[in-house]
Amino acid sequence: MTTQLTRRNFVGLCAGSTAALGLSLFKNPEFERLFAAGLNEVPVIWFQGSGCNGCSVSALNGFPVTIQDLLLSEVVTGSHVSLRFHNTVMAAQGDLAMQALYDTETGPFALIVEGGIPLKDGGIYCEVGEKDGHGIPMTETIERLGKKAIATIALGTCASSGGISASPPNPGEVVGVAEFYKQKGITTPVINITGCPPHPDWLVVPLAQVLMDGPESVEVDEDLRPKTIYSKLIHDQCPRRGQFDAGKFAEKFGDPDCLFKLGCKGPICHADCNDRLWNNKTRWCIEAGAPCIGCAEMAFPSGLGPIHEPMDITEDKIGDKAALGLAGATLATMGVLAVTKNKSGNAGH
Amino acid sequence: MAKIVIDPISRIEGHLKIEVVVEDGVVKDAHSTGTMFRGFEIFLKGHNPTDAQHYTQRICGVCPTSHGMTAVLNLDSALGVDDKIPDNGRIIRNLIQGANYIQSHILHFYHLAALDYVDVTAVADYSGNDPGLTKVQQFIGRALAAGDNSMLGPFWPRYEGDYRLSKAINVKAVQDYVEALNMRRIAHEMSAIFSGRIPHSPALVAGGATQGPTEDNVAAFRAKLTKLRKFTDEVYIPDVIAVAEAYSDHFEQGFGCGNVLSYGVFDLDGKEKDLAKRQRFLPQGIASGLNAGIFDPRKITEDVKYGWFSSGSGYPGDTDTVDDPNKSGAYTWLKAPRYDGNVYEVGPLARVLVAYLAGDTTAQKLVNDTLAHFGAPPAALFSTLGRHAARALECKMVADAMDKWLDELKPGEPVNVKTEIPDSAQGMGLWEAPRGALGHWISIKDQKIERYQCVVPSTWNCSPRDNNDQPGALEQSLIGAKVKDEANPFEVVRIVRAFDPCLACAVHVVSPKGHEKGRFQIC
Repeated sequence: MTTQLTRRNFVGLCAGSTAALGLSLFKNPEFERLFAAGLNEVPVIWFQGSGCNGCSVSALNGFPVTIQDLLLSEVVTGSHVSLRFHNTVMAAQGDLAMQALYDTETGPFALIVEGGIPLKDGGIYCEVGEKDGHGIPMTETIERLGKKAIATIALGTCASSGGISASPPNPGEVVGVAEFYKQKGITTPVINITGCPPHPDWLVVPLAQVLMDGPESVEVDEDLRPKTIYSKLIHDQCPRRGQFDAGKFAEKFGDPDCLFKLGCKGPICHADCNDRLWNNKTRWCIEAGAPCIGCAEMAFPSGLGPIHEPMDITEDKIGDKAALGLAGATLATMGVLAVTKNKSGNAGH
Repeated sequence: MAKIVIDPISRIEGHLKIEVVVEDGVVKDAHSTGTMFRGFEIFLKGHNPTDAQHYTQRICGVCPTSHGMTAVLNLDSALGVDDKIPDNGRIIRNLIQGANYIQSHILHFYHLAALDYVDVTAVADYSGNDPGLTKVQQFIGRALAAGDNSMLGPFWPRYEGDYRLSKAINVKAVQDYVEALNMRRIAHEMSAIFSGRIPHSPALVAGGATQGPTEDNVAAFRAKLTKLRKFTDEVYIPDVIAVAEAYSDHFEQGFGCGNVLSYGVFDLDGKEKDLAKRQRFLPQGIASGLNAGIFDPRKITEDVKYGWFSSGSGYPGDTDTVDDPNKSGAYTWLKAPRYDGNVYEVGPLARVLVAYLAGDTTAQKLVNDTLAHFGAPPAALFSTLGRHAARALECKMVADAMDKWLDELKPGEPVNVKTEIPDSAQGMGLWEAPRGALGHWISIKDQKIERYQCVVPSTWNCSPRDNNDQPGALEQSLIGAKVKDEANPFEVVRIVRAFDPCLACAVHVVSPKGHEKGRFQIC
């Protein structure tokens, strides 16, 4: 049977990334106080837009903080997530579902948005319900909910930056939550949890922080992503880094060498996959012989170029050039670089 | 006469709205509407062809593996390696896909469909020591103590009335709901052993797979598979039978169009280029009622008369997709796939029936034994409960077969062949997602994607009227359904969910009389 997220579990979830940053989430005495405080009921509205539900499916894979904990128990000691609206698991449907939404938004609630927001033609490329015989666009609902929420977690790359739904020519004119809020003048804090899909821990860790000490307690990077999760490059954690530095590259899938020439986006992708592994620590992409596809970057997928073509790591979009070090220069000398010249936003177009 | 609109239909994948017109307790007309459009066929144009397996997985987070597999079969054919896939690659693809079948079927029955049949409140006074049930009991107790039903989300509000299971079976079903959350997670872990991670595996590639088998991986996979086989045999199938016993009138609900279609799934042979002839564990075929026929992919068409598209109707390998949200007379973002001009149902019922009619002895024994239990004829498969039963039996067939496929892996031998992208080529991938027949078609020009078309299971099942005004399979299955209580139209949503729709949308039901807000009752 599963374990509930106790303080020890929570520290464990955070350990890999916080240790790397030299931080402790628990050096703040306020956290200690809140852990000892009484029951706190936090209504959550989880809204799905232009996406595939993969973020929800990934969240179901959580361990040791399981979906049972999220649904039924305390996520952190003393705090319940009360999931009032979630299209894929809720018992209600039709008018009952919409009423549950309207009832919840009359009080304090946290908003989780999964999927992008299509703006085209007044938002009719994603309707989320019906009222008085007319479809309700997602735009209308998120604008209303966004203004009222105590915080918004944009879950997944689609909700963060539009993701795959915003691939050029972006047929639905899809944007992420932060961009939508900016256009509408909404000032509610947004935390982006990129990843296509996000690892379940990537949701639980900041959600727990929000429950414990409010959204301001989550330190974020320039893409509004929690630093505890997105500070390290895949490239720096890669078990094949030695082969990269030695200039040994796989020519086809199944070869044991560095996957750079098969399109690995590890040199630009920020996430802690190697620490956490996926699916209850079973595996991660590179361990299965597959290149990192860069799914935790805001530019994923179309801004990163063809997935199985080596990228040009000399371009400005590579934030952490130091991480590439001499190996980058070595690659340039070897003629591996500059195979493609895709500027951000236009893969293969 | 009353019109019932359900929007959103929850506990499905995607955004779906269902409208039915009810007269004297019987559905006289039905419309199915997909309410979201993303445009994969539009934005895939100009991409490197091998982007397709990654992009198309993002069509669906529940069945990404099926899109990845269909895309790589499509690319195998376009890249000219469809008869060169090593056995290790073929088998590992089957294992990754099989793991997703098990995950998807368990998820569907317990977490999407069961809340229409199982009364969670039966656990309110539970006093035993099962940890899962104790959590549920405490969860309900918390709301009771606070006097606030809204704390029971996401299990409340709900339609009230037609819950028929005994208290003991309800409690058992809730226990299994909780345990099934663990089982579907383990199925994903099983997939990740070879796929790297799931959802959205990066390890499905044209030419084979990215990682060969090792003794360790095979042993780890088998250990998880053994747990899932035990759960399927001892929990999932018995629970489906228990529900069917209590709701046996649903063997007479949701008949549908009477035609089924399967492209076949799980390759047993990697050398046959023609996917319509390739030997597959669950075979290709069509059937009208119980009469089997031969499947010919060239007879597949998509009609767009009632879809918000300005592009034309025709064979998916020849047509395009152009959105037109203001098109007069249209009512959905779905096209209407047809086979030889007729409406066909796809999904587990179709696959199991095609296998049954093809003489598969395992399918025949499982189906015959189940039908004998209820004293029902094979035609009863065409029903709400028949679809659930077929899904559960298929889960067992696939899981049992996977154990044998593991024995056929050969550590140390190749898992893929190197591929190169031709200047121009055509490709077709035919496969089966857990929800039914899935086809991808590609045209390559100047080494880029010139055209890409996907025809997915839920466009077959949830399609609108076609160019000849024939309603889609789900629409037909709703017409004639008996609805006891228009304010709580259980029958409608049970019929819809038995198809396991995957639209990333919701069904809208609105009664012109309005409906009484369901009341939560603690027994």
